[in-house]
Amino acid sequence: MMKVVRGFYAVAYSVKLCRPDVICAYPITPQSEIVENIAQMYANGELGNCEYITAESEFGAASILVGASAAGARTYTATCSQGLILMSEVLWNAAGMRLPIVLTIANRSLSAPLSIWNDHQDSMAMRDAGIIQMYVENNQEVHDMMPQAFKIAENHKVLLPMMVCMDGYKLTHAYEPVDLLSQELVDEFLPPYDPPVKMTTKEPYTFGSYATPASYMEFRVAVYNAMERARKVIEDVYKEWAEISGRDWGGNIVAENCEDADVCVMAMGSLVGLVREVVKELRDEGKKVGFIKIRTFRPFPADEIAKAVDNAEKVIVFERSLSMGSDAPVTLDVKSAIHKKAIDVYSPVVGLGGRDVPQNLVKSIIEEVMENKVEPGTYFRGLKDYEEVIV
Amino acid sequence: MSENMRLFGSGHGACPGCGLPIAVKSVLEATGPCFVANSTGCLEIISSQYGKSAWGVPYIHSVFENAAAVAAGIEAALKALGRKDEGPVVVFAGDGATADIGIGCLSGMFDRGHDVLYVCLDNEAYQNTGNQQSGLTPPGSSTTTTPAGKVLPGKVKAKKDMPAIALAHKARYVATASVAFPRDITRKVKRALEFEGPKYIQIHSVCVTGWGIDGKQAIPVARLAVETALYPLIEFEDGQLVRVRKIKDRKPVEEYLKPQRRFRHLFKHPKGKEVIAELQRVADENAKKFGLDA
Repeated sequence: MMKVVRGFYAVAYSVKLCRPDVICAYPITPQSEIVENIAQMYANGELGNCEYITAESEFGAASILVGASAAGARTYTATCSQGLILMSEVLWNAAGMRLPIVLTIANRSLSAPLSIWNDHQDSMAMRDAGIIQMYVENNQEVHDMMPQAFKIAENHKVLLPMMVCMDGYKLTHAYEPVDLLSQELVDEFLPPYDPPVKMTTKEPYTFGSYATPASYMEFRVAVYNAMERARKVIEDVYKEWAEISGRDWGGNIVAENCEDADVCVMAMGSLVGLVREVVKELRDEGKKVGFIKIRTFRPFPADEIAKAVDNAEKVIVFERSLSMGSDAPVTLDVKSAIHKKAIDVYSPVVGLGGRDVPQNLVKSIIEEVMENKVEPGTYFRGLKDYEEVIV
Repeated sequence: MSENMRLFGSGHGACPGCGLPIAVKSVLEATGPCFVANSTGCLEIISSQYGKSAWGVPYIHSVFENAAAVAAGIEAALKALGRKDEGPVVVFAGDGATADIGIGCLSGMFDRGHDVLYVCLDNEAYQNTGNQQSGLTPPGSSTTTTPAGKVLPGKVKAKKDMPAIALAHKARYVATASVAFPRDITRKVKRALEFEGPKYIQIHSVCVTGWGIDGKQAIPVARLAVETALYPLIEFEDGQLVRVRKIKDRKPVEEYLKPQRRFRHLFKHPKGKEVIAELQRVADENAKKFGLDA
């Protein structure tokens, strides 16, 4: 059913259709409306036997879901920014314990300075936790992703937490037409959670043992291997979704017009639509430029990217986050993926803390690379003239 | 094998004289099969090493400060999945995990009214890591982070009043207990489980290494804490004080302090007399407030 809804509703409605057993969250801008909508559904009795809990903090929320997931419940939360990094101790633990908690991240910058606006620094800070990360470009995609996220995370070959990242405000609060899923379709696609082991007095297991040097490493390698296995599981689930829903969002990446491109431009999240448009425009002008949408960030689709940029001389990675003292996170992975190829990587950092990224800026960033007006490496665009006080 | 040996038994690595196994077995005697959420700490380390778990009940350890929240999640899941009949949900957490780092999660669990029994195993410092002070370390105790020195006589501040904090949250059942009285622990847990909602029991549990006593002194010293009124055994139901353990011929606090290395400096430190007087004042106040003197 096609309806014009806001991003937070597209998420909340989709989560409801996934029939979670325990939802627990703590409100934070701009995630609040996601959980407020779910709270309203709970208040209306629309969530079946689901327990909806407002915790005393994001740390508490993640911890409650650790207990619920270990006891065999399908679990969900949403957060962002300070809330996500407050959860981080627990989320690393959840990944290590192989608990498939699903999260929606309403991407927001990190303090200081405090900012409620969008970039990707929060989810990037969770890069190494053992959490699957994927980024959506619009509200139909996030609506479609929630059932897929549960199916991927809960797959017995995976059993890891999964974050579906949507840009705060830009998507969470945007009105877009969304074809709302039916309960029948989601039920057909997503079976109930059936964990291989769970906490039960009928068969008592110990969860969260401590490990001496004689066994710790194997546990961590098991998480690494699960993330590797997730690549195929994700691809399969994406394909199955395309068949059942009729909407094909592509695989871990979506490469467009890269075969003959001298320059391949990459983006993630809500910037995708704009960058894709600009690349098309340039192509219409006869420029040999291609576009890659990165959907899955962890596990990183290194092979797919290496293959897609095979004929390129230059790669542009639009970065929405930073790694202080190194290249920005996506660039690091892209460079690693193509390290054997003679390709220059350009990393324009744009739109931190919600700074606007207008179409003409995107176009000029691509053109200056094509016209050799800029050196490869990390640089900032959309930056104002300013004076640093501490130098 | 007795029921409590089956639920928590062979394999644990506690020191001889440690109060924790006594406390845990006395609790499980009352609960039977149950769900256990444990914070990082002494109990976790002595019982949950990979491949050597001592637990015969479903057990989870997540991180240091979240056992109350993890237990709340288990309870929510059991409710959602229609499995509440499988057994009660019990937290075992140390004094630091309870009164310091985990108090936010504990407050949330109380506040939301989860049907969880929270057992604080109070050995009065971070003993697992070598006797660092916690909010439940009593004044005068020499710990590695509040050592007695030329100027300071060990810990200066009072022991945090966790039962009062639990009561302020309207926890339905609040009690203190001691490993010196294991049958009393079992009785209190049985009583606690008759209440639906959050319940808090704080068990004074001897740490032979941190307190500096021999294993064979463990129970006598624990008993002296009760007999001096420094550790009053009290029981509240829905906010009302319903029962206390009466003390016949209450002993001066010196009798409790003297055998323990953590308090030994008080008997020669320039500020020792002052601290002992303060501890006696606390004991007298406990006796008066709870009507402990028989």
